[in-house]
Amino acid sequence: MTQFRARLAGNRAVGEYRHLVLVTSAEIGQVRPGHFATVAVGGRDSGMLLRRAFSIHRVSTKPSTGTAIELVIAAKGPGTQWLASQPEGTLIDVIAPLGRPFSLPKEPVPCVLVAGGYGAAPMIALAEELRSRGCRVDVVLGAATESRLFGVLDLKRIADSITVTTDDGSLGVRGMVSDVLPDVMRRADSAVVYACGPMGMLRAVSEIAARTGAIAQCAVEEAMACGVGVCMTCVLPVVGDDGRTRMVRSCTEGPVFRGDRVRWDAVGTVPADAVGAPRTGGH
Amino acid sequence: MAVDLSTTIGRLTLPAPVLTASGCAAAGRELDPYFDITRIGAITTKSIMLEPRSGRPTPRMAETPSGMLNSIGLQGPGIDAFLEHDLPWLRQRGARAVVSIAGNDVHEFGRLARRLRGVEGVSAIEVNISCPNVANRGLVFACQMGSAAEVMAEVRRYADPTVPLLAKLSPDVTDIVEIAHAVVDAGADGLSMINTMLGMSIDPVTLRPHLGGRTGGLSGPAIRPVAVRAVYQVHAALPHVPIVGMGGIRSGRDALEFIAAGASAVSVGTVIFNDPSSPLRIQQELHDELAARGFTSLRDVIGIAHREG
Repeated sequence: MTQFRARLAGNRAVGEYRHLVLVTSAEIGQVRPGHFATVAVGGRDSGMLLRRAFSIHRVSTKPSTGTAIELVIAAKGPGTQWLASQPEGTLIDVIAPLGRPFSLPKEPVPCVLVAGGYGAAPMIALAEELRSRGCRVDVVLGAATESRLFGVLDLKRIADSITVTTDDGSLGVRGMVSDVLPDVMRRADSAVVYACGPMGMLRAVSEIAARTGAIAQCAVEEAMACGVGVCMTCVLPVVGDDGRTRMVRSCTEGPVFRGDRVRWDAVGTVPADAVGAPRTGGH
Repeated sequence: MAVDLSTTIGRLTLPAPVLTASGCAAAGRELDPYFDITRIGAITTKSIMLEPRSGRPTPRMAETPSGMLNSIGLQGPGIDAFLEHDLPWLRQRGARAVVSIAGNDVHEFGRLARRLRGVEGVSAIEVNISCPNVANRGLVFACQMGSAAEVMAEVRRYADPTVPLLAKLSPDVTDIVEIAHAVVDAGADGLSMINTMLGMSIDPVTLRPHLGGRTGGLSGPAIRPVAVRAVYQVHAALPHVPIVGMGGIRSGRDALEFIAAGASAVSVGTVIFNDPSSPLRIQQELHDELAARGFTSLRDVIGIAHREG
């Protein structure tokens, strides 16, 4: 976790997303699939104070230019629109790597990677890492429509199989990733499911994994203010080793959680049995 | 030329005047990778309560123009875990700690003060009587003179008499000066001003309150003029009571505004979320702003806005 100013060295459209390349000479330590970065938006006197968090797409280091961190962003609000409109050469305040990355299997077991939309950003580096460990890698990518898919060609190159779904049927199977995932897992005998995407998708993936006894590793997307563990806004209910539910920070204890530990049905609430849950009255 | 940045809050002398604001630095450890936390005045901890507390439902924050709303609801581990893990870490690290405490009722404040008695590494206690994220507005002690004074007297009664007590005040009152008088008369050695202001935003899609807690506390540069006004008014009425000024400080120049209005020290809050290394940066910028104006000591500037000419 290092804060540094990076030079925007690439900013191009990929479908409905922007692919950004941020270059720095700072020593940022090892980046693993599932780590995320935050960026400050709007310049020095920006009225938008909250940093935007993005899963890191990939990282490469060259002795001549330094470290290049690649992000995939959806310009859907004023902060991301600012970022998407910056010309190459702009200096951007970045903190990376943040959070806990995906856990990797010690044995070469079959793995399935599931992503919704630009949730596929970290999956390419993850697929490469798993393949280098001798794991079978199957991929399921879903999006509302073809232009909101990301990484299809890259993952086709790396994975043993790839299945695409779109809500409108513009590419692949019409439907959602959860419609095709059980079949993919049965065929591949998947032992681990890696997932990144919206909460509803992660919940569905976790339920499918639980039915087959596979381990689910889910990278959650919670709204964050700070990204470094001080603000306590990005919490969700997670069951600990002691069986008790706590409201934990997705920035420092996540963003990757085991799917069977997240109380998906209670996200957005504080379950009554959570440690320190409110009694009547009081603060 | 070097400027003397040391300052005093009651019996406490700080080598530097910039603190972190409560709720924006956890208990210091998470910010240590971004700046040397021993070089600023102190870390003000997130408010500690007697019991562990899970806080309010999400969403807990909304970005607003030059600020944010939060409805976190004092999530924290409780005093036992704080004394076992957090405070010893700060002490070992060599950072000064202002411990913020919050109770559900007057007695809980007293019990918290008693738990901190004789504990090493407590530079000061900040009494959070103004958290807006409560189910019942009647529980915002700082909104009434009687309840504000009652809490302060209870803490004074049980707290270590050598540890300065700061009362954290809310700007959501008709006359902040009378609340300041009440808590000082009840034993506060200083004042922390201001806490967040009660606010709300409506989600434009659902047309329902955006925050899980419906209302939330507004913070950030958007409220800075309100905070400067509060510090100015209270310093004018109580010139000998030290004030820790806070509310949207983003630069050394912002900090200087608070010092000129009458603050003896300042805290950086929401801006930490934007820039986790900001407290030390702002302290350096404040030094440079003072030097550029030919001042040799921060103390010469405290309340200077009140002087003629």
